[in-house]
Amino acid sequence: MGIFEIIGPAMIGPSSSHTAGACRLGWVAGRLLAEPPRRALFHLHGSFLATGRGHGTQEALLAGVLGVTPDDERIIEARDFAERSGLEYEFFPVDLGPQAHPNSVRIVLEGSTRQVETAGSSVGGGSIRIFEIDGLACEMSGVLEALVFWHQDEPGFLARLTAVLSSVQVNLAGIRTSREQRGARAITVVEVDGAIPTEISGVFSRMPSIRRSVIIPPLPAS
Amino acid sequence: MRHQFQTTPELLALCQENRWGVAEAALASEVELSGKPEAEIRARMEAYYLQMKDSVRRGLEITQRSRSGLSGGDSRRVLAHASGESVGPLGAAFERCIAYALAVLETNAAFGRIVATPTAGSSGVAPACLLSWQEQRQAENPRAAHGLFTASGIGKIIGHGACFSGAQGGCQAEVGSASAMAAAAICELEGGDPGQVVNAAALALQNTLGLICDPIGGYVEAPCMMRNGLFAVHAFGAAAVSLSGVQSIVPFDEVVATLREVGNRMPRIYKETSEGGLATTPTGLRFKSKPLQQK
Repeated sequence: MGIFEIIGPAMIGPSSSHTAGACRLGWVAGRLLAEPPRRALFHLHGSFLATGRGHGTQEALLAGVLGVTPDDERIIEARDFAERSGLEYEFFPVDLGPQAHPNSVRIVLEGSTRQVETAGSSVGGGSIRIFEIDGLACEMSGVLEALVFWHQDEPGFLARLTAVLSSVQVNLAGIRTSREQRGARAITVVEVDGAIPTEISGVFSRMPSIRRSVIIPPLPAS
Repeated sequence: MRHQFQTTPELLALCQENRWGVAEAALASEVELSGKPEAEIRARMEAYYLQMKDSVRRGLEITQRSRSGLSGGDSRRVLAHASGESVGPLGAAFERCIAYALAVLETNAAFGRIVATPTAGSSGVAPACLLSWQEQRQAENPRAAHGLFTASGIGKIIGHGACFSGAQGGCQAEVGSASAMAAAAICELEGGDPGQVVNAAALALQNTLGLICDPIGGYVEAPCMMRNGLFAVHAFGAAAVSLSGVQSIVPFDEVVATLREVGNRMPRIYKETSEGGLATTPTGLRFKSKPLQQK
């Protein structure tokens, strides 16, 4: 655990878990969509549902999917901002089960060409964990830069992936693949130390088994 | 990774081996972990300290009640009392420390900018303690900001052994952790050795065990604000006791393990759900906001 996970972030109140963490969860969802969101459905679980209102959780989630960061005062007027941005949104209660962290949310985000579904938790002090993308289990804390791949499960995929990354001297901090079943659609999340050279996206777009890839920079103010 | 630590024995071994204080050990661990230069990390911490002082200043200017009506103007009242003739027997600094912590939480409730240390709901403790220390000792900003490294070193051990989330561990995980971190920071700024610094954290943390998270109406205002104010002076108490040479019977890591155990066994109505505690008293219920309805 880095010391700035403990001291910081500098953030707009009132709650690090219910405001800043919620904003970050929305922010990651927005980054995964990688196009302007048109419609957002938020399914709130546990304490997010129970006390979220007084903490501005809904506003923070909304602001986050629109790319607003936790230290930005626009969080307060997120509903206006959403309206101006043409974003339709709705909030629902959900029970993600007893294993889910009490501060959890499932976000379904639609843009003009695609839809992304993420589930994540705000685990305290503004830190977050994304534990599911498009129904497949993953693990992402947002502290490190991450690469997310939507791809086809096939032999040698990870070997080719890591070969590309090592060719540009990117050090892998963690890698995890989840798939529906053998040979079916899969998601791989790679967390790295430092920054990923952006030109690498071109290489990945030429790999036939990769449907889409996104670079998620480290969380703002983390 | 030679400079990482997750437990007290690991921290104290690093300190002894390198003749470091807890602050230097925390700094070294961050240099190693992030790969960033020491100067950059120090600058970031100092910037956080200045933002903390801003959040105190801004809170002390608030005269209006918050949207919920639960807070606002209270830090000014306490500060005025501290500065007046009827100041209590422990003196103005004691009361100012309380006022500073309240001020940060008032800024927070007014959707102002604060620094989560370790969380927003507990963000008043460290600024109140460090600013009070700075004023009393007439120290420069970088010196007071150095205390934040000590605080973060203690925070690393708590984060490893327990958590900072009120929803997971109750208020003991938030204000309890903040108070332990601040006690350690004050102890080290006052010249305590690493053993005394960790001991100060142990003393502070054990007195917050069992503290529930029961925000009235779901707002981070009451009782959060007063918990910050009164647990800030609590941190000074723990630091003083540790510097006197008195040892906590139970060592810090075992107190952290207890924090985790109590948090895990705490009923969920006391973990930031506003379904118990002060939130469901007849008075507390008057501030209840409407929950989200199933369609």
